[in-house]
Amino acid sequence: MAAEPIEREILIDAPAEVVWSVITEPEHISRWFSDEASVEQRAGAGGTLTWRPGGRGGSKAGMVVPIRVVEAEPPRRFCFRWGHPQGTAPSEQNSALVEFILAAEADGTRLRVIESGIEAVTHDEDARARYRQDHEQGWERHLAEMLDYVASSARGETD
Amino acid sequence: MAVAAAEDDALWAAFADPTRRRVLEALLEQGEATTTTLAEELPITRQAVAKHLVVLNRVGLVAGQRRGREVRYAVQPERLDDAADSMAQVAAQWDRRLTRIKRIAESLQVDRQVDS
Repeated sequence: MAAEPIEREILIDAPAEVVWSVITEPEHISRWFSDEASVEQRAGAGGTLTWRPGGRGGSKAGMVVPIRVVEAEPPRRFCFRWGHPQGTAPSEQNSALVEFILAAEADGTRLRVIESGIEAVTHDEDARARYRQDHEQGWERHLAEMLDYVASSARGETD
Repeated sequence: MAVAAAEDDALWAAFADPTRRRVLEALLEQGEATTTTLAEELPITRQAVAKHLVVLNRVGLVAGQRRGREVRYAVQPERLDDAADSMAQVAAQWDRRLTRIKRIAESLQVDRQVDS
């Protein structure tokens, strides 16, 4: 049974072209996602996200995660699959799909992210429903915290 | 914040591989298992099972204990709870990543405006 896709969005005070670069260029990806990234803006291109052992994550375990770009339509849509085993072709059965959707607005860019196909992760349907519920209850509190965080750190601060 | 997110990312990545999840599932069913007993049940080689166990062990999802000549593995239930929680937090992780993307894009934009 398929889980609901996860969908989140944020309004960014910058043009879509700038947001696009941050999402797709390895030098920027390494500041918001993995420690290193090998990514191309081309549908069908394979790449990797690398978390270094003892890297930014502070985790002893390193991790190299293969990705496959599914759509790259600058500066509007960037989609990739991840989670498939190394050396295999990603499909709906073995990977999750991440979609970034950028929409220009008067005040900047609305960035939406949708991740689907994560249902394979936990097997117990009851547990899954419980987690989803827990999460939804926690969501409003989290959103409030996040807004405080954004408000205090959005201005010109870098990682 | 970044630390927690990246640790979750590592756990999530360990979980994201379907074959690895199957190894974990088989291990849950068997309770305690060796690389050999797991390979008997799964459509992969002993070597492949061993590789997946290394990854699962690294993120703490399984632990191995040497008994004589063999190592017996078991799922670490606490860590599995963490993993389940962390799956529930996938959305929260995306929020954190989006927040970082916002900060980076906005500071790039400020730089651009200063330059022009």
